[in-house]
Amino acid sequence: MPKKVENVGCPYCGVCCDDLVVTVSDDGKKILEVENACAIGNQIFHHATGGERIRLPRLRQPDGSYKEISYDEAVDYAAKVLHNAKKPLIYGFGSTNCEGMAAAAKVAEKAGAVLDNCASICHGSSFLAIFDNGYPSCTLGETKNRADVIVYWGANPAHAHPRHMSRYSIFPRGFFTGKGHKSRKIIVIDPRHTDTAQVADIYLQVKQGHDYELFDAFRAVVRGHEIPDVVAGIKREQILEVANILKKARFGTIFYGMGLCHSDGRNHNVDIAISLTRDLNDFTKWTIMAMRGHYNITGPGAVWSWQYGYPYCLDLTKRDIAHMNPGETSSVDLAMRDEVDAFFNVGTDAGAHFPIDAVKHLKKHPWITVDPNICMASEISDLHIPVGIVGVEVPGIVYRMDNVPIQYRKVIDPPEGVISDEELFERIHKRLCELEAEEAAKGQVKAAPEGVRAESEP
Amino acid sequence: MSELLIKNGFVFDPLQGIKGDRMDIGVKDGRIVEAGALANPKTIDAAGMTVMAGGVDIHSHVVGPKVNVGRLFRPEDKLFKSPLKRCNRMEMGFSVPSTFKTGYDYARMGYVFVNEAAMPPLHSPHVHEEIRDTPIIDNAAMPVFGNNWFTLEYLKNNEIENNAAYTAWLLRATRGFGIKVVNPGGSEAWGWGLNCEHIHDPVPYFDIAPAEIVKGLIETNEYLGLPHSVHLHCNNLGNPGNYTDTLDSLRLAEGYAPKNEFGREQVMHVTHLQFHAYGGDSWKNVESRTKEIMDYVNAHDNITVDMGQVTLDETTTMTADGPFEHHLRAGNNLKWANVDVELETAAGVVPYVYSPKIKASTVQWAVGLEIALMSKDLMRTFLTTDHPNAGPFTRYPRVITWLMSRAARDATMKTFKWLDRTIESTSIDGIDRELGLYEIAQMTRAGPAKALGVSNIYGGLAPGMDADVAVYALDPESMPSDPAEIEKVFGRCAWLVKDGVVTVRDGEVVAEPAKRTVWVDVKVPENAQVQRDIYEHFLRHYSVKLDNYSLFEEHLHNPRVIEVDTTQ
Repeated sequence: MPKKVENVGCPYCGVCCDDLVVTVSDDGKKILEVENACAIGNQIFHHATGGERIRLPRLRQPDGSYKEISYDEAVDYAAKVLHNAKKPLIYGFGSTNCEGMAAAAKVAEKAGAVLDNCASICHGSSFLAIFDNGYPSCTLGETKNRADVIVYWGANPAHAHPRHMSRYSIFPRGFFTGKGHKSRKIIVIDPRHTDTAQVADIYLQVKQGHDYELFDAFRAVVRGHEIPDVVAGIKREQILEVANILKKARFGTIFYGMGLCHSDGRNHNVDIAISLTRDLNDFTKWTIMAMRGHYNITGPGAVWSWQYGYPYCLDLTKRDIAHMNPGETSSVDLAMRDEVDAFFNVGTDAGAHFPIDAVKHLKKHPWITVDPNICMASEISDLHIPVGIVGVEVPGIVYRMDNVPIQYRKVIDPPEGVISDEELFERIHKRLCELEAEEAAKGQVKAAPEGVRAESEP
Repeated sequence: MSELLIKNGFVFDPLQGIKGDRMDIGVKDGRIVEAGALANPKTIDAAGMTVMAGGVDIHSHVVGPKVNVGRLFRPEDKLFKSPLKRCNRMEMGFSVPSTFKTGYDYARMGYVFVNEAAMPPLHSPHVHEEIRDTPIIDNAAMPVFGNNWFTLEYLKNNEIENNAAYTAWLLRATRGFGIKVVNPGGSEAWGWGLNCEHIHDPVPYFDIAPAEIVKGLIETNEYLGLPHSVHLHCNNLGNPGNYTDTLDSLRLAEGYAPKNEFGREQVMHVTHLQFHAYGGDSWKNVESRTKEIMDYVNAHDNITVDMGQVTLDETTTMTADGPFEHHLRAGNNLKWANVDVELETAAGVVPYVYSPKIKASTVQWAVGLEIALMSKDLMRTFLTTDHPNAGPFTRYPRVITWLMSRAARDATMKTFKWLDRTIESTSIDGIDRELGLYEIAQMTRAGPAKALGVSNIYGGLAPGMDADVAVYALDPESMPSDPAEIEKVFGRCAWLVKDGVVTVRDGEVVAEPAKRTVWVDVKVPENAQVQRDIYEHFLRHYSVKLDNYSLFEEHLHNPRVIEVDTTQ
């Protein structure tokens, strides 16, 4: 009898649906059916057992081909790359569990690496705004139970977060929102008339790159000031109308996406969005939330914050103190300046996402990809180490876009012999310690010279 | 396991009434034993030193989502404020230290048990992940109940038995320790941008008042017989004139007696009392009302309190009292983070600067110290800074110094810009009392352990208890004339033995014995009504599935379970 596994978390987007039902074949080797998931989530499960998987690490040969090697050899290779590099970069982590992120941080600290995650090229500008202005937010269930006004600004969940609107924002009936969609006003603000805009009660086609001005206008109106006839391509009357809706809401949530943090203004757009949320809280209740992309891209920000106090762009190369300075310690900037001499691509695809010049620089040095699948990064790597797919073959904790931890399950075993990210990094860490010990025995320790250290008491 | 003999120290153990006697403490297999029972022990020479049980912190925000927001959104709390690495892991941050720094620093101060003050139940996997990464110290975490929809509904209908069954279920689901109540009703009202400032303000929709929530939870707690009592953060925190609300809250405990098998004698622990003892009607004329509050506390044995001492640092405030943090950000206009948690609670985080140049801060400083110095029973009055709200826990040694030395208080007061007005508005200048080491041991180990109901394991040095022993290089027979020396000694203990393992030596961490997660497992009769309510709320109102809500066993790390059986 095929077995049904219920309450399965989905390893696709930041919505982190945890209501999937997955049917597994008799022998536990094949995924037969996935219920409740969106088309993309569905595909991730079917892909796991649908086609050929990489089952062993693959090492690049002089002729350019890949040769399969054992995990022990791969761990040794990876540890040696880290050990010999002056400034390795370990990047990615959008698609793995927090246990893996914690283990990777241990490796990065031991190796003196730069540790960064996909926020660096995504919601990193949100972090900059949050550092400056805070983050008045809530969990998604709050929005579902209370919100009567929803704003999507520069976000298109209809495509990027397929079940966001039905689970949390527009359609669900919550405790104080028994009428569901009918009891809510939906405002979509976007330069493009997206599929999300189609379900909006009010759609404002903001002039591209002028989001900041529109926020400014809303703030001015909310605070009782005059505004010009047209701002950012939107007529004054319409701004007044929307501002009035915002102010009269019982509970509202602004969901914003890449449209704010990757168009002109970037972190400043997010900053003023937060300021508008703050202002509105003088009148009623408003919250704001970043539409985080991958299912656990919120994870590294959480894990590394409790471990080091910084969510991304962590420079651990000083070995005794962590340092964060986006622009200086961010992955793409480091790569563009050709400052790193080894690269780990973990649970993401820097080959596809980074600017080509950055990729070219990184390619000059050892490039190791840790990922269950073949992707652009894996195809240009010197070493590709396959790992189990989190949420399908490996359980663990992931953080939803609202920072709520979701406990993911395993529905099938990984292909025979394939290990988890966590185990891989633990083994690399162990090997690194051995290498250091070997070197210490030879009397060539790389550690900093003995000397007077600054008194650190603040 | 090896044996240890801690020889010739001056032992202070209030749980056994030992007041500085020269004694030997024996340690075998992780437990305290009679010194004579050892065969061939290693010896720690504690001659001329002070020996106490490992410290116990009853209220500190060290792990969980709001703590982590504080870390995440304050990079400036790391810059130039983090010490260089000298243990296994880097130690980052000042007011909201990383998990590693938290564990190491508590150990260096001689602490072994820290009770996380507020766990949002929905976020319990996060709390337990951070507990895993906090080395050395044992942790417990209290889920918050005071704004929980289940609790509000049951208590409105006076269904104590159902509320008890739900409480038992939630403690197990989150692997929690006890009943925390933060701004009862007020944080639910904050869901609509409102608050409950007084204990009789009705909670919107739920139609119950904070007073009924607190009384109902006390009844629930004693019905279950939990190790710890209700742990209350009162309504109307931090506002001038709030002492009357605090007195109202304290009076809610009247008529209740403790019922438990853990040696606990209070029915209500009121936390960070400093924030709740203000007179006046604005920050211009704010004044201390500690006397009224402490007169009440001194006269009522069924209440314990902790200080919430302001340390005059730049710090990060964080509380499940969402409306308060919103109020605070309007005051200092700094960045503000907020997290409302569906059906359960809220939280806010705002940086804050307590400065000797600001009258509000110096009045708060005085109020906190007055609480301890006016206390007639230091087994019921505990040392905290409500870390990191009134200051980071790493300032405990300084707080101890202020409590032990009038000269230290005077030296600090000399730095106050508004000294005269601070003296005018408080009683601090008229108090000459200086606490002794026995009283410090009461406030930092014996008392909190007893109030938490764990005094059979922690907080004392009787044979059979955990071998958690702190040795401080302080000779009670010739105390240093310079108070700064006291601060130094308590900040870096000479030795810390944790679970029988030498963990700190000369103020440096030398080992990392396995830490534990302490939780309370309550057995209650099957309750179909509550099971159905849980099922319904998860079906309709939560954003996660019921089966994914309870902590998976694999995410609970090195548990120590305290069992309570109500079915007997």
